[in-house]
Amino acid sequence: MHADPVGVLTGAHFMDGDHAACEGAIAAGARFAAGYPITPSTEVVERFSNRAPRIGATFIQMEDELAASIAILGAVWGGVKAFTVTSGPGFSLMMEHIGYAVMTETPCVFIDVQRGGPSTGLPTLPAQADMMQVKWGSHGDYEIIALCPNSPQECFDLTIQAFNLSEKYRVPVFVMMDEVVGHMTEKVVIPSADKIEVEPRHFTTKDKSSFQLYAPVGEEQTPEMTKVGEGYNVHVTGLTHDERGYPNMTPAVQERMVKRLVTKIRDNAEKICIVEQNQVEGADVVVVSYGITSRVAQRAVEMARAEGLKVGTLRLITAWPFPEHIFRALAPKVKGMVVAELNLGQMVREVSRCAEGKCRVAAVGHAGGTVHNPQDILKAIQEVAR
Amino acid sequence: MRLTEIRVAGFGGQGVIMCASVIGRAASIVENGYATMCQNFGPEARGGACSAQLILSPEPVLYPYITNPDVMVLMSQEAYGKFAKGIRPGGTLLVEQDLVRVEGLPVENVKVFAIPATRIAEDLGKRMVSNIVMTGFFGAVTGLMERESLRQAVEDSVPASFAELNRKAFDAGYEYGLKHLQSGALELGEEDPVAISE
Repeated sequence: MHADPVGVLTGAHFMDGDHAACEGAIAAGARFAAGYPITPSTEVVERFSNRAPRIGATFIQMEDELAASIAILGAVWGGVKAFTVTSGPGFSLMMEHIGYAVMTETPCVFIDVQRGGPSTGLPTLPAQADMMQVKWGSHGDYEIIALCPNSPQECFDLTIQAFNLSEKYRVPVFVMMDEVVGHMTEKVVIPSADKIEVEPRHFTTKDKSSFQLYAPVGEEQTPEMTKVGEGYNVHVTGLTHDERGYPNMTPAVQERMVKRLVTKIRDNAEKICIVEQNQVEGADVVVVSYGITSRVAQRAVEMARAEGLKVGTLRLITAWPFPEHIFRALAPKVKGMVVAELNLGQMVREVSRCAEGKCRVAAVGHAGGTVHNPQDILKAIQEVAR
Repeated sequence: MRLTEIRVAGFGGQGVIMCASVIGRAASIVENGYATMCQNFGPEARGGACSAQLILSPEPVLYPYITNPDVMVLMSQEAYGKFAKGIRPGGTLLVEQDLVRVEGLPVENVKVFAIPATRIAEDLGKRMVSNIVMTGFFGAVTGLMERESLRQAVEDSVPASFAELNRKAFDAGYEYGLKHLQSGALELGEEDPVAISE
């Protein structure tokens, strides 16, 4: 299905990442957003609130992030596509409802424009330190999808992708931006609506007597949805529930249900994961990065190549599910991997786990507030290449 | 277009982000090169220090921040005090002449160009367009892109009802720049080259 031309601002724009993410959400069909504005994510909802009246959408500024994150789930069950936007402190408050979205299989998008933490930290300065929180921050076992744009153009593209994946797998999907990408202005090309692929909500066509809200369908093991108020029996709960949606708190149902919530993502991970690889074949060292750091690391990689080192790059566009298969295959073929990220060691844990000791894994951490000095990444490359 | 690092700075409300944005738009959208702009804000909405970093390049920009700026556009004394010393030797410094006193610059061979952008804007009827006057001045002095490209970017950046005023502001700044180029850049150390308004 193609995007609804209403709201698609086809053309070339000089636009920041926050605004581009907003346009991506609109192009993907989002017609509801709720938010509690927080730097450096405010521009996303600021723009959405301005655009909403002209595209038949609704924006509500809520009293806090708990309210914002639950309001979007209500909107989704009301039949629209919805998203919220926040940064670190607000993201922490949203954890409860992220779990609820997972448990109730509510397709929705969270945009987290990461800033330095912990706590209020550095409101106007970058970090990539919510990468583990997005995976593990809510309680219980679950899987989500998280994407990492490295430019305003990708903020547009990947926000659309996030909505599409959320509908396909009925799971909350996260656009993990950072302050630099969010506030950076570059050319953003928005294609015409008929060039934008949009995953529609999978509303059931089954009759009202046989439809089950949580009966898995197809390879994605993802149930179909319905709108509240259309006459179908709809029971949505965060309690462990059976295929009808009714609470059924037994070990057997828990096993069946939670396992499916996890396997619908894990079993499809190879289909979901997007990575960008460059000169990895025959490389001694592979530099792993994502978001703004991937651009800074590229500078270090070019310096290393100028010294004659064989360096490849691997960029995580999908951080979660973690592309395990790629790292497991790569580890035995290289001397080592250098993981550069704007935190003191998060995704590097996943890289180490998947490398299984078959190559060296070096972390180039940074507490945030600015981007890496490329020299620091270069030093790590030289060290691992030795 | 060659790789050029630019800083535009002043106080909030002067439109320094807009000025950088217009230049970036001209380079990336109109002339189809690459431009990356990052901005820093002070905590205040108006009057706080405000600065934009802009990188123009014939190739995609990787590192997002400027490291060795070739051109600086400084529109307040505070911005001058904070940023001017970071300019590359031999770089080009553009200042709002009524608001910035150029003194004690510890960098060699900097070419300094001054324009009373705010006064020119006031003569045109709206102080608000001083940033567009400055944009025109920037275009003429640096010659980094075609006059028409910048002019187009100005039009694309402002509401239609203000297009005429902004075109005038742009042309006023550009013409001032052309005239200025003929008379040459300011020599630092000249007897008070800058008029300070009350």
